Amino acid sequence: MAEPLFTPEEQKKFDAGIAEIISHYPPDRKSAGMLPALRLLQELKGWLPPEGLRLVAKSLDATPERAMEVASFYVMYHLKKPGKYVIDVCTNLSCSLWGAEKMLAYLEEKLGLKAGEANEKFTLRETECLASCGTAPCLQINEDHHESLTRAKLDAILAKLS
Amino acid sequence: MASTAKAIEPIISAAWGKPQSWTLDSYRKRGGYEALKKALEMQPAAIIDEVKKSNLRGRGGAGFPTGLKWSFVPKDSPKPKYLAVNGDESEPGTFKDRYILSDDPHMMLEGIAIASYALGVHTCYVYLRGEFKHEAQRTQAAIDEAYKAGIFGKTLLGKDFELNCYVVRGAGAYICGEETALLESLEGKKGWPRLKPPFPAVVGLFGCPTVVNNVETLASVPAVFQKGADAYAKLGTDKSGGTRLVCLSGSVNRPGVYEVSMFTTLSELIYDDKYGRGLPAGRKVKAVIPGGSSAPVLGADELDVAMEFEALKVKQTMAGSGGVIVMDDATCMVRSLWRVARFYAEESCGQCTPCREGTPWQTRLLRKIEEGRGEPGDIDMLSNVASSIAPYPPIGLGNTICALGDAAALPTHSFLMRYRDEFEAHIREHRCPFGDKPWGSFGDWS
Ligand SMILES: Cc1cc2nc3c(=O)[nH]c(=O)nc-3n(C[C@H](O)[C@H](O)[C@H](O)COP(=O)(O)O)c2cc1C
Ligand code: SF4
Ligand code: FES
Repeated sequence: MAEPLFTPEEQKKFDAGIAEIISHYPPDRKSAGMLPALRLLQELKGWLPPEGLRLVAKSLDATPERAMEVASFYVMYHLKKPGKYVIDVCTNLSCSLWGAEKMLAYLEEKLGLKAGEANEKFTLRETECLASCGTAPCLQINEDHHESLTRAKLDAILAKLS
Repeated sequence: MASTAKAIEPIISAAWGKPQSWTLDSYRKRGGYEALKKALEMQPAAIIDEVKKSNLRGRGGAGFPTGLKWSFVPKDSPKPKYLAVNGDESEPGTFKDRYILSDDPHMMLEGIAIASYALGVHTCYVYLRGEFKHEAQRTQAAIDEAYKAGIFGKTLLGKDFELNCYVVRGAGAYICGEETALLESLEGKKGWPRLKPPFPAVVGLFGCPTVVNNVETLASVPAVFQKGADAYAKLGTDKSGGTRLVCLSGSVNRPGVYEVSMFTTLSELIYDDKYGRGLPAGRKVKAVIPGGSSAPVLGADELDVAMEFEALKVKQTMAGSGGVIVMDDATCMVRSLWRVARFYAEESCGQCTPCREGTPWQTRLLRKIEEGRGEPGDIDMLSNVASSIAPYPPIGLGNTICALGDAAALPTHSFLMRYRDEFEAHIREHRCPFGDKPWGSFGDWS
């Protein structure tokens, strides 16, 4: 038999989370909770495994196709298991004016990955404006935001990732 | 430049950076929720009139008069009505709403309460871009406080009026800042903009009348009632009331968010000691984008213009989302436009052919020119591609379902209009004249 998707602990969190999400919408509009529900699943599993997508769809009275359509539209959802740390580097205009392309090149060399590549520990991606243009350059690591980055600051942040 | 720009009394940003500024306690000590109290003594229609009189205009991009937008919501509809707060903040160069959400969320919540009461809204969704984790936490904590204090929930500050408010986080899609894409996303779908009309005020969320307002717009509402609409209007021009936030980034000594008057000029913002403090030593302004990356670029000789909706419109550009991006004389315009074009190609939702096909086409041509492979005719081709997405001027003639098409074409038109010689030099010399330093960047990474 296939391994269950959730541990009992995770199952409890998932059920409670879905109940909370559904309560925010009109009773006949459960499927409106698709984005928060996918986020919940990703918080529990680190990505969106196919059986998880089916479960989310079922919990919201939606089709699995709908769950897949939404999951593939938004860049923050991971349809494949990413590295332990997902690093999103903004290279949009204001950040590039403060050296973002060079910062990305520095990261590529340091991690031995090109933007768009992943290994067990890291997924490195180029991303669009993170609404932090006044404190450029910036990046996010698993949704934690880091700004006004210098080489020294970046080295210190990376050193803490085990 | 020493400080000559007229000082203003900050309204929206007054508490930012102060200890615990995001708590209900701090907000109340500053007179918070007194405006709501005043509004609750008025008839809903009178509240809307007051907002009309204040000349408050939307801070999300289009500058639409807020009171007028509220008045489009049908009064006799049997359906529930909704308020959707636009905190998607994804237009490159824009980073103001995040400070409202993290440093003074109650100011926005008070605006939400006043708007909801005036419109007969009992459910409000605050839609935040997915990356705003910290901002979502602060906002949620403020909402929780407001429920406990009887501001939200079954009663509205003691009045028999139920108001529920939920935070919803997006998941990384610029297009969800467009109001109808935002509604689709709130309905749990991919962010595909809807054809308008009907407008959201009539057919919005779940098919019901819905107002979509920007975070800063709603955070500006309490001041209208605290000061009175006339006093609020008088702070600005005769078509644009109050103060506004602008986001300064790029090649300046002191980037950041500044609250300015509607009379403050771009050159004051860039050079004044209160604001940007000029460019790094040895650099001169080459170009300035005045309202987020989709706003047509202005040249160095065009900066004596107030950062206000009408004044910028006269210059064939827009105040947009308040994102001011400064590029200096060491910056390559082709490289800059290529990066901007790539963004819009990346973020196009793909529904309309001119936008879906045109945005990557622009990007390919720009890359070709920047990499020294450009041929005679490529510039005209680029201009044609942009025109088929949206011609210019004037702004707003797009051939597409939503204004992302315009947003993608306007930078191309305006860069070509003002810096065509730089594009030609790339083609003539078969290389980027800026060599391997196209950004002329400074700071730690130069
Ligand atoms: C492509 C596109 C992206 C947009 N992004 C945002 C955004 O991130 N935040 C925002 O408030 N408005 C954004 N807007 C404008 C909204 O459609 C809408 O006009 C605005 O939220 C209305 O609020 P306001 O009247 O308070 O300005 C965008 C528009 C377009 C066409
Ligand atoms: S203009 Fe572009 S983003 Fe807007 S609906 Fe059409 S394809 Fe989508
Ligand atoms: S351009 Fe990088 S955060 Fe805006």
